[in-house]
Amino acid sequence: MSAATELTRAWANGAGFVREVERLSGQKVASCYQCGKCTAGCPMAADMDVAPRQILRFLQLGLQEEALNNSTIWLCASCMTCVARCPREVDLPRIMDALRQIAVRRGRVKERRVYLFHRLFLAGVRRGGRLDELRLVLGYNLRSGQLFKDAAKAPALFLKGKIRVLPEKTSGAAEVQQIFARWEARKP
Amino acid sequence: MKIAYYPGCSLHSTGIEYDLSGRRVCQDLDIELQELPDWTCCGASSAHVTDHVLALALPARNLALADDLGLDVTAPCAACYNRLQVTRHELAHDPKLRQEVEELLGRPYTGRAAVRSLVDLVASVGEEAVRQRTRRPLRGLKVAAYYGCLLVRPAGILQPDDPENPQGLDRILAAAGAEPVEWPFKTECCGASFALTDHTEVVTRLVAQLVDGAQAAGAEAIVTACPLCHSNLDMRQETAPGATPLPVYYFTELLGIAFGHSAAELGIGKHSIDGTQLLAQHGWSQAV
Repeated sequence: MSAATELTRAWANGAGFVREVERLSGQKVASCYQCGKCTAGCPMAADMDVAPRQILRFLQLGLQEEALNNSTIWLCASCMTCVARCPREVDLPRIMDALRQIAVRRGRVKERRVYLFHRLFLAGVRRGGRLDELRLVLGYNLRSGQLFKDAAKAPALFLKGKIRVLPEKTSGAAEVQQIFARWEARKP
Repeated sequence: MKIAYYPGCSLHSTGIEYDLSGRRVCQDLDIELQELPDWTCCGASSAHVTDHVLALALPARNLALADDLGLDVTAPCAACYNRLQVTRHELAHDPKLRQEVEELLGRPYTGRAAVRSLVDLVASVGEEAVRQRTRRPLRGLKVAAYYGCLLVRPAGILQPDDPENPQGLDRILAAAGAEPVEWPFKTECCGASFALTDHTEVVTRLVAQLVDGAQAAGAEAIVTACPLCHSNLDMRQETAPGATPLPVYYFTELLGIAFGHSAAELGIGKHSIDGTQLLAQHGWSQAV
């Protein structure tokens, strides 16, 4: 089979997926003309397995597997440098968010620990209304199997009153729990 | 001037110095801060990674609280500021999205309350006011004003004076007598969103690049306006044996020193990298 037919098939299979990415992100993948400015300015590019520019190219070609199964979508720091410099005004971090959301739905999360961090963060906010940094760090270290990560920094932070031992209470917590509950109820 | 105050989660824990110093400086500049009652987390990066509507609903609740007070709102944390401002913008331009968010909130959202960063708020009071309030000019103190990402981007929504070379923070520091250096890393990312994950090595690399850049430009300290940037630069600096790490201050701490407060009042003693020695070297030892 020639490369041309493979791409044709990829597009036939992937068109719906690309439409979903465009719907979730509010971006048009055809806008990108592959100049590479996003990648040149990206602070995380050196640590990614696929260049940010390539993510858009995969989408233009309908290549779902390639667009979802990479560390890049999880390592985007949403610093928005690419958005500031894109001559076509593509909001690539929004596309990264959309791809992460689809990857989660399909159980295709390549950077499981980054995802774990976000999940624990939101679980903490849902529980108490405000983020409890201590429990987030402890929970993350415990569940990512690196119990003593940054443990050496903890005593000084405690002594200086920079870590709350007891979580802060806010009467807004109940309302936040309702926001999460309603949001969950409307998920497909 | 009276404005609602949204401290955000970090300012009640790892960024407590920013809260202490910010409140003092605002008081000195006749800015009355009224903390939003029952404010809750803006959701930060974790919310927008997860879902767009949820990521707008969490900040929108706080904007609605400011609406109830009939006040504009200031958020010192660059990340909170970013999420509040982006939310306000998106909901103003998309009635359908606003309706979805209101359904999640279970309360009306009007979008009346405008959002200001603390840098913008202090700048709006004016350099002249800062100059007049200064009792202890920071003469000879060379600083690298660091804006990071979320104070200036996305530029279309946040409308900074210049997204690649902003000046607001530099001007405020100069008004207090300090000497801001020209340096090319003002708006480079420090990687803070990965500081707690197992990608710490990326963060260490980005922090080193910023510190090297500031030092090469002749700065004696880096000045931030974000608790995440501050924690990251203050705790993830790796120094070669024998070398001195670069102190990292909140802009409000340095303004506080200039306005005559002590380092202890401003929380400067809580840094990981000692911030008092440099002040003493410059002859402000009565402050430390």
